[in-house]
Amino acid sequence: MRVIEVLGPGCAKCKHVEATVREVVERLGIEAEIRKVVDYRDIAARGVMSTPGLAIDGTLVLVGRVPTRAQLEGWLTG
Amino acid sequence: MTALRAPVLQRPPLALLAVLVVAAWLAAWVLNLPAATWFTFELLRLEHGSQFGEAVAFFLYGTPKVLLLLTAAVTIVSFLRSFVSPEQVRRRLAGRGAVPGTIGAAGLGAVTPFCSCSSVPLFIGFVEAGVPLGVTFAFLVASPMVGPVPLILIAGLFGPLVALAYLLTGLTIAVAAGLIIGRLGLERHVEDYVWQIRAAGDVAQAPMTLAERVEDAWASTRSIVRRVLPFVIIGIGIGAVIHGYVPTDLVVAVGGQQNPLAVPLLVLFGVPLYLDAAGVMPVVQALVGKGLPLGSAMAFMMAVAALSLPEMVILRRVMKPRLLATFVLIVASGIVGVGYLFNLLFA
Repeated sequence: MRVIEVLGPGCAKCKHVEATVREVVERLGIEAEIRKVVDYRDIAARGVMSTPGLAIDGTLVLVGRVPTRAQLEGWLTG
Repeated sequence: MTALRAPVLQRPPLALLAVLVVAAWLAAWVLNLPAATWFTFELLRLEHGSQFGEAVAFFLYGTPKVLLLLTAAVTIVSFLRSFVSPEQVRRRLAGRGAVPGTIGAAGLGAVTPFCSCSSVPLFIGFVEAGVPLGVTFAFLVASPMVGPVPLILIAGLFGPLVALAYLLTGLTIAVAAGLIIGRLGLERHVEDYVWQIRAAGDVAQAPMTLAERVEDAWASTRSIVRRVLPFVIIGIGIGAVIHGYVPTDLVVAVGGQQNPLAVPLLVLFGVPLYLDAAGVMPVVQALVGKGLPLGSAMAFMMAVAALSLPEMVILRRVMKPRLLATFVLIVASGIVGVGYLFNLLFA
């Protein structure tokens, strides 16, 4: 069970990240819990200064950018 | 990592692709005016100098022009952003003295774009790392106002001299605002919880390859251009109507030198507006063509770029009303000053 967190207040890019994550998770058939972190305090406390942020199993892997499908696949299968 | 690189390798080499894209951009830039003129006056057989004909020509010439400028600007911004992150900027600014820190923040702000939805995490991140309040504000003012996007659009629509003047005065406003807010000692007007946040350490991201940077830049360019396209078309449409139909006397009477209140009124009107620079500039360009003084026009563009109502609502989460009001007042006054200065210089 992987835990994937999308950190962002809900701007266009954050939604884009979430949609991409859902798509890749479904295609890979991975069991994963996708959480949204929307509170500014929580986002800032994780050290994220440019949204969206993406964390997999508690580790931040990407900040301020939308991951490509290939990147996501790499992180989720690696 | 092999899975990541595979799709890149199947394409033509990056350098070749870049040269082709730049060549296509330049060709489109050069052919735009003759193509729009030919289409309007030869193909549609509209009359030269007629109000409708001039409006159509303005629209057909303006739309590709602004889109070309916007695409170039956003690609450059997105590419730059992959080199300079707010995290790095924060590290460089923490523990600097007021004057070098503020000047550095304004300069770094100009090359570090951030989207307005990031302004709260950015503000918290700076303050939490020990960046002084004034220095943080210099960054917050400079980044949206004097980034590559407004600069490239202004250079393309009004010429490089105006863009340079915009850059220098914009940076001056950011530095002055930062120094003043730093001196006022408004730390207690930052929301209390901000001081309690202890953030996790810096994020360690894998370094990007050049191909990844370019691909990432192109992906965000596509998504941004697609999103602002309707606003650009509406802006150019309004510009076209102004260009074709609005009499010069009217613009000069309302916004010209005879009306000493034109600059503050335009700033007051522009501050709350939440509009994309790419949509506003064609309207302003049409107004300048009808006799709106350049200083008034610049003040309006700066006000639209630097401050907006939704951003104030977002910043209210970290700033108490007095700090927020001080910030808006200082920046707006600076912009009004720039407007008057340029009306004098370019009169």
